[in-house]
Parts: sequence; structure tokens; C-alpha cells
Amino acid sequence: MTALASAPVPAPTRDVVRHVAIAGNPNCGKSTIFNALTGLRQKVGNYPGVTVEKKTGRFFGSHGEAMELLDLPGSYSLQVRSPDEAVARDVLLARQPDTPRPDVVICVVDASNLERNLYLVAQMLELQLPVVVALNMVDVAEKNGVVIDLMALREKLGVPVVSMVATKGVGFIELRQAVSRSPLPPPTICAQMPIVLEREVMALAKALPVPAELARGEALLLLTLHEEALAEVTHHDPSMIEATLEAQRRLRVTGFDPLSAPVEARYAWIGEVCSAVLHKGGGFDALTISDRLDGVLTHRIWGWAAFLAMMTVMFFCIFTVAAYPMDWIEGGLSAFGGWVGSLLPESDLRSLLTDGVIAGVSGVLVFLPQILVLYFFLGILEDTGYMARAAFIMDRLMSKVGLHGKSFIPMLSSFACAIPGVMATRTIENRKDRLVTILVAPLMSCSARLPVYAIMIAVFLPVASAWQKSGIMLSMYMLGLVVAFAMAWLFKKTLLRGETPMLLLEMPPYRIPSWRTILIRMWERGGLFVRRAGTVILALSVLLWALSTYPKPSDPDATPAEAIAHSTAGRIGHAIEPLIAPLGYDWKIGIGLIGSFAAREVFVSTMSIVYNVQAGDDEDTAPLRETMRAERHNDGRPVFTPLVCIGLMVFYVLAMQCVSTVAIVRRETNSWRWPLFQVAYMTGLAWIGAFIVFQGGRLLGFQ
Amino acid sequence: MTAEVDELLSALPLGQKGRVVGFDLPPEYRQRLLEMGLTNGIEFEVIRFAPLGDPIDIKVRGYHLSLRKREASGVRVVRV
Repeated sequence: MTALASAPVPAPTRDVVRHVAIAGNPNCGKSTIFNALTGLRQKVGNYPGVTVEKKTGRFFGSHGEAMELLDLPGSYSLQVRSPDEAVARDVLLARQPDTPRPDVVICVVDASNLERNLYLVAQMLELQLPVVVALNMVDVAEKNGVVIDLMALREKLGVPVVSMVATKGVGFIELRQAVSRSPLPPPTICAQMPIVLEREVMALAKALPVPAELARGEALLLLTLHEEALAEVTHHDPSMIEATLEAQRRLRVTGFDPLSAPVEARYAWIGEVCSAVLHKGGGFDALTISDRLDGVLTHRIWGWAAFLAMMTVMFFCIFTVAAYPMDWIEGGLSAFGGWVGSLLPESDLRSLLTDGVIAGVSGVLVFLPQILVLYFFLGILEDTGYMARAAFIMDRLMSKVGLHGKSFIPMLSSFACAIPGVMATRTIENRKDRLVTILVAPLMSCSARLPVYAIMIAVFLPVASAWQKSGIMLSMYMLGLVVAFAMAWLFKKTLLRGETPMLLLEMPPYRIPSWRTILIRMWERGGLFVRRAGTVILALSVLLWALSTYPKPSDPDATPAEAIAHSTAGRIGHAIEPLIAPLGYDWKIGIGLIGSFAAREVFVSTMSIVYNVQAGDDEDTAPLRETMRAERHNDGRPVFTPLVCIGLMVFYVLAMQCVSTVAIVRRETNSWRWPLFQVAYMTGLAWIGAFIVFQGGRLLGFQ
Repeated sequence: MTAEVDELLSALPLGQKGRVVGFDLPPEYRQRLLEMGLTNGIEFEVIRFAPLGDPIDIKVRGYHLSLRKREASGVRVVRV
């Protein structure tokens, strides 16, 4: 059965004696086990061609033999609904290029939720792969008064079963032993299908051009696909699809629904297994703690209050706690830039290094603390089980625009930064819903917009009270939110038309979070952010540096302001002036808009250069503020009237000025089509928004 | 066949226990519900409604599952 593993192995994996995959339902403690086995010896990458994360790690068997552990995305079933689940299935069926079919699968099962968790095990057993069942959270089950007869379970499933409490480190020695045992035979037991169905399965299996040990599992999966999904199958010959459809038709005639019958057969088998191994004692019902918590946290009034309180705390921390490391990073890198600058003579190279490369790196790294804090909180919310409740209470609102509760997390994350938001859309099963969520997520006011809001407010309301300032800020956040919902609704009605998706949400019992898991995830996500956003933003920072440096003015004594006016960026600013004049902007603001395309917060530093203000400290924007307020058009009218300032803020709320997000969307959607569309529609919206503010305001008699 | 009257899961009040007797849902929706353990003949309990009345949280096979009223109105049940 290990025929695939004994085939010539490529050099880098020479020392790996066994490929092990770990699978399980969501919330079964799979990541805890993965992290405990591999520690920090983890690698996160992508499966070729798809954007699903591939997480692997090295661990050692009970005799010190090296094994490669592959973390399969958590799923309830091999009947695939999301790209994540498709990868899990394809790996197990040896269909995934670059990933060998595992020699052993560790199937993690939540002992306190045995029946439903055994469903995936039932499907695994049909695949003819050696399976080790890790019966996790036996302590929780016991607290609930459920005792599982381990010997009976082993006998009923016909595979090794290890009892575990992963959060307390119990059972790992046994797990390693079970996985190291060699050779593990493939399972001999699986759920019995009704005879009529079994006959069709065998006939189809015989016809399929796949290795014998894969055939039955493949055939069963094909037979249970509904017509639309079958039409999308590309890895089989059309004649096979036709044969499957024929078989399905024959089954329907005999009164079997090919989609339901296998599921019911598996649950019937699970019922038999459970009645033999489950002993329900009279222990006290620990779930009541969770239920009582839910009584408050999903309550009609307290539920919302708790939700708002949690969000407030989270964003408070994102904007305050993260501010300190952000200052250090900014200070450190600007000092580093100064030091590099002092080493080199005045030259283009120096300017490229300090104003292009180092400034670009700093532009990415400065958001790292916020993203880490965000992931810390999201990790807690996820690990405690609250996330499912948030989706539960938000679902009704989200369904009004055709999305579901799961779209809420990406949109929430986007308030800190659209990049983790876009990455978080992976849990959304439906492709269209995922796209809609990606398209509207960057409309949420991220933290990079804050410096722009802050300077504009300071320019047009120099003596504003804290209340006025926060009122204006809040209305900008609300504007983004409202437009995001409106656009989601519009996209669902037009471009990505589709039914409001089905929602099936498991509400796991509340648990104490595992700090280790949360910290590892923060580390991993942070690294991902730096790598994915970093490379692109670096390249574009250099490009923007070149745009605002070349061509150089002929007069070597030109001020930086004259130099930037002479540069390509300045010329583009002039060129787009007719376009932005209806918004009340001049070409100088145009340069700021172009500079902001790399990242919004660059607006402030670009404007400092344009107005020839000593850039100085980021904290102290007073000189820039004063200059902007004093700025006049040729005819003496002030440039930064309140309407222009508000219009600019609206522009920044709505425009997609963030190359990192463009890069992430490109990766996540696997084409340039969607990110370019997104840039176009958001820029269009921004222009319209600023136009309405400026021209509408003037019509109403404002300045 | 039974003396009890079929009702829809979506119409059950809070705390009501019921048993699934059939589905009026598109095949792929039915398949998903089945895979989550809401099979024919299984008993469940309506635990709570979300603050805005939808979705519904039910307890089935020892765990909590939320589904929208729209899908729940395709699940025929009897009270137990």
C-alpha cells in the first residue's frame, strides 16, 4: 500500500522516512497536536496553483526517525465545498502535484463530539490509507459524563486509536509510537453501503483509470457529487463523468438518492460504533457552563453589549498598545536610514537607499505591530470559540446584503489592515461570496488612513475639540462601512449574482485558549505579511521613488519642491489636474494622490516634500499644517477649504490606494482581473464621493 | 404513517425537542445537513435564536449547530 512512498523520492526529502498527514474537523484540537509535534520546525507555503496554505513540519517518531507532517485544512467532510477542503481531498487521493500521498493519516477526533467527528473518519477509512485515530479531549468527554471504551473503539474501527488530551500533553508518546509502527496496514473496515449503491460504486471503480487502492474512494466521492459539481470536475475524462451521471440516474430509479444514501449509511455505521463504545454515565453536565455563557453572549441585549465591548477593547489595543513598537520601528529605521545616509556621499544611490528602500521597508514593517495585535485578539476569539458566536449574531445583518456571518471576520480585520482581512476570507466556502468580501473589505477604514484623516482634520479645523475630531473620524469609518455593505449588495445583485449562501455553523463549547497556538499563529501570520506585502511594496516604493526623482531639474540648486515638480510624478500631477480639478484639487494634491498609491500614509510625507516643509518628525505635523492652510490658488483663493479637506478624506475612505492589498488580492484570486477591477471601481467611487462633497457643498453655499 | 403532525423545524419554539422526518431541500443542501449529522430520525432540541431572530441554534448529536430559518423551513420534524 505504500507503493507511492517507495517510488524514487526527490533529494530534499531523502531523510524523511514517512509522510504523515493530520486531518480532522474544525475545533477538534488539530492545530494543538500539530504544533506540539512539530514545535517551531514548521514551514508555511502554498499549494501550487491555488492559494490554500500548505503547512508542513518535521517531527520524529519514537525511534528518532524523521517524518514530515502535513497539516490538512480542517473539514467536516471529504465532500468538498471550499478550496481548502478540495486540497485536503486531493492530497489524500494523490491528486495534488508536489505533495506525495501520505503514508499515514492521523485523524483527530473530538471525544466530546464523537458521533459527528467519526463521519470524517468513516470517509477516511474508505480511502484505503493507513489511519491512526487520535481521540482528543477525552477529559472534556469525561467531564460531560461520557466514557469511551478505547478497546472497543479500536476493534470497531479496525485501526489504532490513541487517547489524548493534547492541551495537557497527554498521549503524545502513544501517538508517536502508533505512527512509527511499520508497516501500518490499510483499514479493513468501513461503513457498509446498501447493495444497490455498492454495485454501482464497484462498477464505476473498475472503470476509473486510477490505482486500485484509490478506486473505491474516488468512485464513492464522484457518485455523491451533485450535477453542477460534477460538471466542474476536470481531473477525469468526460466519459467518466457521463458514466457517473448514468449511475446516479439508475440509483434514483431504484429509490436511492446518490447524494444522501452514502451519508445515511455512514451515520448508520457510526450509530453502531457509538452504541458499542460510548458509555454515558451520570456525570454532571459541564456544557451548562458554556450554555450559561451563551445565555449572556448571544443574548438579545447583552450579546450586542459584549460584542461591542470586545471590539472596543480590541481596537483600543490595536491603536494604543501597538503604537509603542510602531514608534520604535519607525525611529529605528529612520535612524538606520540616517546612518546609511551619513556613510554615503550625496548621490542617487544614497537617495535610492534611504528614500526608496529603507523608507519602503519601514512602510511595511511599521504596520507589523498592529497586525500582530490583531492576530492575537483574533486568535483568542477563535480559540475560545467566540468567533462562531460573532458570526451567529451578525449573520442576520450580513444576510441582508447577501453574505453570511463568516464574511464578518474579514471585514472586521480590515479595520486594522485589509491584508489580514483578505487573507481571512479563505474560510468562506462559496467562491462568489469570497470574492464579494474581498472586493469590499478594503473599504473599511484601515489604520493607514488615520494619518491622512488626522492631518486633514487639523488643517480645516485647527482648534477642534476632541469630540469634534472623533466625530469626524467616526463618520469616515461609518462611511466606509455603509459603502462596503452597499457595494456588497450591488455586487451580489449584478456581477457575482448568486443565492444567499447556506449557513451551517458549528458553535463549539467555550474553551480556555491555548497561548502556544495563538503565539505560533501570530508568528506565522506576521511572517506571511512581511513576505507577501514586503516584496511588492518594496518594489513599488523604489518605482515611486524613481518617479518622483527623475528626470532631475537642470538646476542643481533646485529645492526639493522644484525637483518633485519637475519629476515624472510632478508631470503626472499636472497631467491629471483636469481630472481632479472638479474635486477642487490642484496638481500638488495630485502628486500626493499618486504618491499615496503605494500606501496611503505616504500622503503626509509627499505633501511635506511638495510644500517644501522640513519633513522633521512625524509626530509634529504643525509646519505642514500651517503651510497647507496658507496655500493659495493663483487667484488667491485658499486651496484647502473645508470642502476640499472633507472631500479628500472621503476620497481616502473610498480609494484603493494600497499596493500591498492589490498584491494580496492578486494572490488570493489568482488573477489580475479582480485586483484591477477593484482599483478601478474604488477609484471611481472615490472620485464620485469627493465630487459630490465638493460640488454639492458649493451648491449648498459652503466653501 | 405517524399520528403526529409534521411541522417545520423553523416553526418550533425555544426549548422544543423534535425528530427529523424528512427534507424539502435541494439535494446538495440536504446532503450538507446530513453530513453535519442532521439525519432522518435524529432527535434534536431548539436551544436558542440569534439576537435578531435568525439563525437558529439546535443541539443535535451532542453538539450545537446553527442554521438559518430559510434552510430550517425545509426540514420536516415532529415534536417529541
